[in-house]
Amino acid sequence: MISVTMQTVPMSHGLILAAILFLLGLAGLLVRRNLVFALISLEVMLNAAGLAFIIGASRWGDVNGQVMFLMILTLAAAEVAVGLGLVLQLFRKHGTVDLDVLSEMKG
Amino acid sequence: MIDLIWLVPTIPFLGFLALMLSAGKMPPLAAGMVGAGSIGLSFFVACLVGASYLSMGQGGELAPYTQTLWTWLSVGDFSAGFSLYLDGLSLVMMFIITGVGFLIHVYATGYMKGDPGFARFFCYMNLFVAAMLILVLGDNLLLLFMGWEGVGLCSYLLIGFWYKDPHNGYCARKAFVMTRVGDASMALGLFLIFMSLGTLDIQSAMNTAESQWQSGSGIAVAVTLLLLGGAVGKSAQLPLQTWLPDAMAGPTPISALIHAATMVTAGVYLIARTHVFYELAPGVQYLVGVIGVLTLLMAGFTALVQNDIKKVLAFSTVSQIGYMFLALGVGAWSSAVFHLMTHAFFKALLFLTAGSIILAMHHEQNIFKMGGLRRDLPFCFWMFLIGCLALTALPFTSGFFSKEEILAAALAHHDGGYLLWLGGVAGAFLTGLYSFRLLFLVFFGEKHHETEEVKGNNLQLPLVLLAVLSLLGGYIALPLDSVLPHAEHDAHPALHYQVIMIGLPMLGILLAWYLFVKRQDISRSLAENGFGATLHRFFFSQWGMDWLYAKMIIGPYVWLSKINRRDFVDALYNGTAGLVRMTHGWLSETQSGHLRWYVLCVAMGLLLLVSIGVFA
Repeated sequence: MISVTMQTVPMSHGLILAAILFLLGLAGLLVRRNLVFALISLEVMLNAAGLAFIIGASRWGDVNGQVMFLMILTLAAAEVAVGLGLVLQLFRKHGTVDLDVLSEMKG
Repeated sequence: MIDLIWLVPTIPFLGFLALMLSAGKMPPLAAGMVGAGSIGLSFFVACLVGASYLSMGQGGELAPYTQTLWTWLSVGDFSAGFSLYLDGLSLVMMFIITGVGFLIHVYATGYMKGDPGFARFFCYMNLFVAAMLILVLGDNLLLLFMGWEGVGLCSYLLIGFWYKDPHNGYCARKAFVMTRVGDASMALGLFLIFMSLGTLDIQSAMNTAESQWQSGSGIAVAVTLLLLGGAVGKSAQLPLQTWLPDAMAGPTPISALIHAATMVTAGVYLIARTHVFYELAPGVQYLVGVIGVLTLLMAGFTALVQNDIKKVLAFSTVSQIGYMFLALGVGAWSSAVFHLMTHAFFKALLFLTAGSIILAMHHEQNIFKMGGLRRDLPFCFWMFLIGCLALTALPFTSGFFSKEEILAAALAHHDGGYLLWLGGVAGAFLTGLYSFRLLFLVFFGEKHHETEEVKGNNLQLPLVLLAVLSLLGGYIALPLDSVLPHAEHDAHPALHYQVIMIGLPMLGILLAWYLFVKRQDISRSLAENGFGATLHRFFFSQWGMDWLYAKMIIGPYVWLSKINRRDFVDALYNGTAGLVRMTHGWLSETQSGHLRWYVLCVAMGLLLLVSIGVFA
């Protein structure tokens, strides 16, 4: 555990980093049309959220934040497993992973 | 024996159920046996019931007999039983319906042979007879009304029996809607009776009315007028008579049973049954007579120029029911019922004979294409001659007794009876003219086709029996004295009146002979030139009544519904639908299927929510 006295990085810096990571992920999700990159962007966003939890945990010395991070990690692993499986199936069926082409669910 | 009366309407109803549940799959022979047999059985039971009823009243007054089967409905103080009421009037009606009905059913087994809807035909016929019996036997007005609507339904079903021709469907709808106008008025009359007297039981309502209502008071006038509306609609009198000629679209036995012998006379029965109300409203009662005279004259003139054998008979039916209304109007209640009975005999005979002629002519109904059938169809000729003689009221035929009674009663009526009598006598002249015009055109003159008589016991025996009844039916004494008050005409009219009443129909026959046998050129030139042609067209179109109704009621109604098509209420509904459709259009644009667009939406939404949370 990081003790409060050893604190060198201010909390706001950590949160700004997390926000930047999150926005980068969001931008990647909005900009890239490749489905694999969309998954990677999601991963970045999840890690940004995780980082925010860790920062909160270290700021208040609360173990729940770290528990949440472990949960997010598990979730991300599961998500990638399912997501990549779907990507494979989509590629086999349509021969592409372009999100704009894969827009069958029109209202 | 008399407690078997419930079987009389039940047997035809069971016949109807059997035929209906077999869904037309019953073989024709069995269907004919069930259809005609049930009516025959019903007639047999009616005879037993009638015999024991009449023997009950030996030497004294005939007390009415009531049989309550069950309580139909009971709400608060009001209860209507499913009860049958037998007195002289309903006894006579019961015999006419089952007896003449049986003969017509037997005839129909021959007439409808080979028709794909054979079983369906008898199914409707049996239902009709059951409903008609309920109508005449019901002891309260509610039960009567149920039978009344039941016969209306059967009339509709049977006019449109050959439903593949759209014209028949049109005729059936016309008959149904026109009689519905009258029925609405009758229903209102029933409401009014219930409101003011608190009961719908016919006898007790009449007793209460007698003690509570002033003669000629507003309530009596309103009730009788409303009931008269129903009677006028059902019995095809002015101004609701236009449906009956179109009802001839149905098979001929239907025309005989429903549109000549029984259902159309239900109006006469209703007025005779509720005669106490009419006696309390003398003005309305006189109006009944006036309607009768106007109708009989109008229909007589129209019958003169028709060229369809069944239409001539249809107008003659309208005209004869006019006589019955005339009798009701002058208080000759039992004469009206008497004429109802004799008319049922001879008009059924005429219609069934016309059916045989139509069969022999391979469904040709235009009398101008017949001609000279006397040699080829001797049996039909004699039957038709007997029918026409009775219709014309030649002395000692059945029609003579009943019509003479009516005219004598009109003459003896205290005020305004003379005018009614004049109309009735003129109508008698017309009757001779149009019925023998029909006879001469069909059986005399040039022959256009070779034909052969249709033979078969079931086609000929009923005609013979009806012919006997038409000739001798006038000697039947009806047990009506205990039901209907005596008319004031017991004294015979003076000799010169009698000569006129007997002579004018004969004159009509002579004139018909002169115009349509001896000098056919005169009648032809009359119908084709100048004023005669205009008059001919006018009469042919039923005095333009159909045209008038089309212009006065149907036209404005269609116009109204057209302009009303885009009214405010519709705008409300259409507006709602349009709004939903528009927003749906917008929202469905957002469902583009582009994942990145969704992500952007989610991000924007989140941003919005967070900013609301932060800044608000």
